[in-house]
Amino acid sequence: MTPSARELAAARAHERGPLLEILHDVLDARGWISEQDVREVADVLNLSVAEVHGVVSFYSDLRRTPPPAHTVRVCRAEACQSVGAETLHREAVAALSGQEGVEVHEVFCFGNCALGPSVEVDGTLRGRMTIERLLAEAGGWTS
Amino acid sequence: MTTTVWVPRDSSARAVGADEVASALAAVEGVTVRRNGTRGMLWREPLVEVETDRGRVGYAGVEAPAVPELVAQGLLEGADLACGIGVVDDDPWLTGQERVTCSRLGLAEPTDIEAYAARGGWEGLRRAAVLEPAQVVEEVITSGLRGRGGAGFPTGIKWRTVLEARQGGAPQAFVACNLDEGDSGTFADRILAEGDPFTLLEGMTVAALAVGATEGYIYCRSEYPDAVATLREAIAVAQEFGYLGDVLGTGRHFDVVVREGAGAYICGEETSMLESLEGRRGEVRAKPPIPALSGLWGAPTVVNNVLTFAAVPMILAGGGQAYADLGTGRSRGTQLFQLAGNVARGGLVELSFGVTLRQLVEDWGGGTLSGRPVRAVQCGGPLGAYLPADRLDVPMDYEALAEAGGMLGHGGIVVFDESFDAARMARFAMEFCAAESCGKCTPCRVGSTRGVETIDRLCGASADGPDGTGRTQLLVLLEDLCETMTKGSLCALGGLTPLPVRSALEHFPEDFERSRS
Ligand SMILES: Cc1cc2nc3c(=O)[nH]c(=O)nc-3n(C[C@H](O)[C@H](O)[C@H](O)COP(=O)(O)O)c2cc1C
Ligand code: SF4
Ligand code: FES
Repeated sequence: MTPSARELAAARAHERGPLLEILHDVLDARGWISEQDVREVADVLNLSVAEVHGVVSFYSDLRRTPPPAHTVRVCRAEACQSVGAETLHREAVAALSGQEGVEVHEVFCFGNCALGPSVEVDGTLRGRMTIERLLAEAGGWTS
Repeated sequence: MTTTVWVPRDSSARAVGADEVASALAAVEGVTVRRNGTRGMLWREPLVEVETDRGRVGYAGVEAPAVPELVAQGLLEGADLACGIGVVDDDPWLTGQERVTCSRLGLAEPTDIEAYAARGGWEGLRRAAVLEPAQVVEEVITSGLRGRGGAGFPTGIKWRTVLEARQGGAPQAFVACNLDEGDSGTFADRILAEGDPFTLLEGMTVAALAVGATEGYIYCRSEYPDAVATLREAIAVAQEFGYLGDVLGTGRHFDVVVREGAGAYICGEETSMLESLEGRRGEVRAKPPIPALSGLWGAPTVVNNVLTFAAVPMILAGGGQAYADLGTGRSRGTQLFQLAGNVARGGLVELSFGVTLRQLVEDWGGGTLSGRPVRAVQCGGPLGAYLPADRLDVPMDYEALAEAGGMLGHGGIVVFDESFDAARMARFAMEFCAAESCGKCTPCRVGSTRGVETIDRLCGASADGPDGTGRTQLLVLLEDLCETMTKGSLCALGGLTPLPVRSALEHFPEDFERSRS
């Protein structure tokens, strides 16, 4: 069973500055952070809800809606742009982001800058990506 | 009889199929697959190495479906195949480098602590453990080592500040390692953390002994999950073998924890990183106080980049002077240059400071991947200038590059061919700044958004009034924005974003004449 945000917070409450670590744990356990999670974490750590909100809203990884079935993250940083990432990103958005259960995000660098364009598909990093290969992988997703 | 075959587990190698190749090889009878870090020759990944009497024979760009055929052709005997590169240790791309920090990279399984010790690991730490803290600091000062994260601050001086604060009565000190590596075109921190994590841990432990710290933190960006996992594994192994915890049985304790970022470029800026490590929004702190005096939870804190710490074991083991003997001017030792973008031979090149940008791009990098002429090179990450192809004869050292209007930064070099569009990249620099600004100061937060709009108008049809006045006014406006951001920003994100923008305007003005996209 998935532990509650309260339990996850309590498990780390004794650590130094644990808030971001706890939010990571919640994300790992459930894939997103709900209003209820924020309230529980704030309560355990003796912080105001606004304070926890402030942290959640600062970091782009800390999503506040349930995750889709499939996530494509396209690197748009300079090194990948030099090998066509802008076109790849545009085409990926056009082809996939309208699809039910699919989200396409931009990321600035995966540290794979010698073998770009870099795209992460459902958590797996791929180098030298082409739109054809991406669409082939996504082929099985169509609802 | 079994044959040992090495397949890198580096995340760049995995991104081009190393795991699939490893599985395909493991399915072959008589093969033992071992997973090393990358050698840094990324364009050759997946680079398979077969152990033979002659040494480890390499095969570049191996694809999983081709494995049975390659085996049939004699791959396991080290046969001379089309994708073969011969004995890897004799490859000129490696032998031509001066691998000091990277001397162990890609040779063994990354968390094989015995292999690490067998190749000179822990010697620096052993020496540090019998020196006085001030002597350790002195050795680092002698080496001339400067921070590899971008700012180039002398490392020994920073450590001395922390040591003095500690001796002056501070009850605690921390060591914090910056593994945020957000700059596009850089991956040396990642490769080192994934491929030779003990070197980093050893360097951090030396720092801890030098300043009397008992706790260390590694702040790793979330885009590097493999680095996080490898470091956590390495920490556990180092503890088990007595290098962390009670360090070498000296009674002096040091423990290291890895903390993950959450997708914010600004958290690479050291004070923002400290805020984030403390579990808060990554907003930049005003300096002073400097982190060396008031860092994590208000205690004196050594903050260094991965490569800075990773240079330390060799400095202690071989002596500061030996390290200082490498390099040029005020840039001592070696730098891990990263060849990225549209480059034929992308990867990690460790050389003494002083090699020219042209040598790196043309000789080491082999020019562009596309085979078309180089039009621009961006050096030093997203806050670095765009240099045109005729400006590449600059020596790579902190001062010479700054003089040429560039920046060494973290040593990343991004190559562009003729398809480079300066207006689009200038716009991107502003867009990136707007997206990643921590929001604390107006010139950065608002100026970058206005910068995007201004460049859009400049390149749009409406800029060309009948007398060209619209264009002139927009250029003045853009220059004003750059000036305001340069002068009025609290940190280098807002402060240096004008660098790529201005260099694009200066060297490639024709690209701003019309929209090319
Ligand atoms: C916007 C910005 C981003 C930075 N990103 C990084 C980074 O990702 N990694 C890093 O080591 N230093 C980064 N720095 C530099 C750090 O602030 C700091 O100078 C460095 O971590 C100190 O370590 P060093 O002396 O070993 O270089 C960044 C600075 C700025 C202004
Ligand atoms: S310059 Fe930008 S990133 Fe830096 S402190 Fe100001 S708002 Fe934050
Ligand atoms: S720029 Fe795309 S992975 Fe680094």
